Amino acid sequence: MAVSHSGTGSEAGTGPEPGTGPGVEPGSPAAPELIQAVPLRRPGRWIAATLVVILLFLFLYGAATNSAYDWSTYGRYLFDQRVSKAAGVTLSLTVLAMFFGIVLGVVLAVMRLSPNPVLKWVSFGWLWFFRGTPIYVQLVFWGLIVVIYKRIDLGIPFVHQFAHISTQNLLTVYWLAVLGLALNESAYMAEIVRAGLTSVDEGQDEAARALGMSWGQTMRRIVLPQAMRVIIPPTGNEVISMLKTTSLVIAVPLTTELYSRTRDLSVETFNPIPMLLVASTWYLFFTSVLMTGQFYLERYFARGASRKMSARQLQALADAQATGNQKGLI
Amino acid sequence: MSQPMVRSELVCKNFGALRVLKGISLTVDRGEVMCLVGPSGSGKSTFLRCINHLEQVTAGRLWVDGELIGYHERGGKLHEMPAKDAARQRRDIGMVFQKFNLFPHLTALENITEAPIRVKKQKKAAAVDRARELLAQVGLSEKAKAYPAQLSGGQQQRVAIARALAMDPKLMLFDEPTSALDPELVGEVLDVMKELARGGMTMIVVTHEMGFAREVADSLVFMDGGVVVESGKPREVLSNPQHERTKSFLSKVL
Repeated sequence: MAVSHSGTGSEAGTGPEPGTGPGVEPGSPAAPELIQAVPLRRPGRWIAATLVVILLFLFLYGAATNSAYDWSTYGRYLFDQRVSKAAGVTLSLTVLAMFFGIVLGVVLAVMRLSPNPVLKWVSFGWLWFFRGTPIYVQLVFWGLIVVIYKRIDLGIPFVHQFAHISTQNLLTVYWLAVLGLALNESAYMAEIVRAGLTSVDEGQDEAARALGMSWGQTMRRIVLPQAMRVIIPPTGNEVISMLKTTSLVIAVPLTTELYSRTRDLSVETFNPIPMLLVASTWYLFFTSVLMTGQFYLERYFARGASRKMSARQLQALADAQATGNQKGLI
Repeated sequence: MSQPMVRSELVCKNFGALRVLKGISLTVDRGEVMCLVGPSGSGKSTFLRCINHLEQVTAGRLWVDGELIGYHERGGKLHEMPAKDAARQRRDIGMVFQKFNLFPHLTALENITEAPIRVKKQKKAAAVDRARELLAQVGLSEKAKAYPAQLSGGQQQRVAIARALAMDPKLMLFDEPTSALDPELVGEVLDVMKELARGGMTMIVVTHEMGFAREVADSLVFMDGGVVVESGKPREVLSNPQHERTKSFLSKVL
């Protein structure tokens, strides 16, 4: 059996009383041997795993042999230049909309938390509107904005205007789509950032101010870095959600992005299914890349958050213990 | 020359209708160590926070090193102080908190160098050198790279003291610095504070450590209900309290 009664094991009881001696050294005659128990059998696990693998295989087999999926068309169009170009548009829409959404969201969150009642209520009103109406409706609205506001006048209101800009020239459909997505996103980001800022202990702000740091320094150096730990996971969600929401910009109407373009191409193939798979593959690829980025970002902002030590720190402490240097042990 | 480091004249602090400080008058001389004691809710911490303007004084006047705290006096009128000026005043007043309030995302060393680099615009290398000196002074040289969560309470508080000292303050405020610590860790923090007092630092310490007050403090102030009930040499106040409230408080803590 795995558990044997060796001479060293039975002598363990005669060792020094706990807490009175220096502790038993591994390998010394007084040390009890390491436990090597027979692992428990878990048949339930094996049965469940086998069932799931069988089902998975059946699904994959079905997918591979079902002619409706038309895998050869899928293969032909996956790296089609028209598709990869459309994927680029989707990605740029996502990046730009998120960038402006985050910047505006931070401003809105700070406004919401400011002692100025006007800023507070404007921020709240913005949130109420952009979160309270569907993104699709908002995008249709942005498409019509050039009809509602035909030109922008620069100057002193009601007195003198020195420049007129036609909105039709200023805003292309692409930028209207970015604007529509970004403003909607800003409402959600504002709430995420606000949650992050309020999660930071009040004492942090006090300690920074007591050191003579300004509001801006306190925000940038002390509060925001700690808030990031709370802000990043839901923001990662938002980025991935945005990637997919870009498929709605046909409402503006912008039709150069991934989903619209693959729909258009299915006119050539007479079968929309492989084109949907092509689009899904690209979306999944981008999502995977974004998730990897989020992982590293989270790890960076988690520094100091846990008292758990890195492998390197633990090794350093173990080395110190081995050399009998107890100084510096926690 | 003989101007006191802190002069408080009838300082009052209200939170809405609640009167927390009801006219505190006292002076702290240069190099003096003053202990503020009293039951919880007596206003000790509030008074301490008024000294570096974390709380705004409602009535009365408070001067640190001859400078009025929190307000500009012009033409016989008090003007609220811009945040920039308040920050400049706080720069010279170190504060140590009950809950340490170390910055958890920065290492011990970075906690100490942050304000000198950002606020005093010191060169990074100079700030790091000074921070290492201070860590050695509080006995934590080997913890420079540790994050606060990896330190014990006593170690965290010693880093917090080093952080405050890095700004070369002319006055140090301690708000119950040992109240959140395990009993066996209290001593290491008090030792650092004793060392600081011996070095001539002006200190105001809100504390329940009567042994520390007796041994280190030059003066002891007993507060209750937002007023100074009794003050004097620590030995005299502790061994021969004059007021009933002081007597009953001391009988519970000694």
